[in-house]
Amino acid sequence: MNVRLYIWQRLTAALMVPLLLVHIAVIFYASRKGLSAADILARTRGSVSWALFYGVFVSAVAVHASIGLRTVLTEWTPLRGRTRDFAVIAFGLLLAVLGFRAVVAVVLP
Amino acid sequence: MAGTLEVSLWRGGADGRYVGYEVPMRDSQTVLDVVTWVQRNADATLSYRFACRVGMCGSCAMTVNGRPRWTCRTHVSKVASDGKLKVGPLENLPVIKDLAADMRPFFEKWQQAQGRFAPSKTRTDPIERISPDSPARLAANAAIECINCGVCYAACDTVRWNPDYLGPAALNRAWTLVNDVRDAANVERLTAVAADSGCHACHSHQSCQEHCPVALNPTASIAGLKRKTAQAYLRGEIKP
Repeated sequence: MNVRLYIWQRLTAALMVPLLLVHIAVIFYASRKGLSAADILARTRGSVSWALFYGVFVSAVAVHASIGLRTVLTEWTPLRGRTRDFAVIAFGLLLAVLGFRAVVAVVLP
Repeated sequence: MAGTLEVSLWRGGADGRYVGYEVPMRDSQTVLDVVTWVQRNADATLSYRFACRVGMCGSCAMTVNGRPRWTCRTHVSKVASDGKLKVGPLENLPVIKDLAADMRPFFEKWQQAQGRFAPSKTRTDPIERISPDSPARLAANAAIECINCGVCYAACDTVRWNPDYLGPAALNRAWTLVNDVRDAANVERLTAVAADSGCHACHSHQSCQEHCPVALNPTASIAGLKRKTAQAYLRGEIKP
């Protein structure tokens, strides 16, 4: 990991700490209050705030996890250089696509 | 003290094996004494490395019962389990023969990390006055007493997993120079340690600190380098 990746990984980690706490709080709230899927969608559809919240969260996760996976591949596999970097970029894009698909599904009106 | 030690020593190169010897126990016996006894009394072809025998030179480090140690200052009574001692060459380095590891990769990384002093003045300039209490000098002092034994390098998980990683000793050395106000090569040095497999590859497992025979804390030095390189990068002073 070089200094640029290090800073990106630390920044995204710092960003994810409050987002993760809110995310877990929301899960507890939804399950304790017994909210149905329809109740949740009623709150999220058309909400710019939830779109922003989970949009930022998904972006941070995609960047953070890819940098971490790059280190794992370096230390646990013979993959090096461009092959490794393409593999982690593909992984990051996959995470971003899956995450944004889920965000779009709950926030689009 | 009477009795016999059961000693296994690594013999041969990378494809060698452990060979057993019986060595008489002595009072205040060190692991280096045991190895020397075997060479003088049992097998004169045994290869190992030592010089000062008093913990100054850093030549005699070996793997003793699974842990890297300086053998000249390691008492058998403290490390032998049930009178058994297993001694091999340092890990994470190629084996030359028997207990002698090839230290070249270790010292090449010192060079890669720009671990040499780059003077900013000539002999005609006045001597720089450095306050012993200045934060930079205190940081350098805390890391300066490295004896280059390679114990931290052999103990490091990150070196084991990523052979390109510069390792604790080279980065600790770089940290002392980063804190030396007389040095003129800190842009090059910070650039070198901020690259892939530099200080940011450290996982802070702290095995280096745990095993360092002179009680240095290379993990703290590496953490210092992480901060310094991040600041330098954000200010545009270095590029990865």
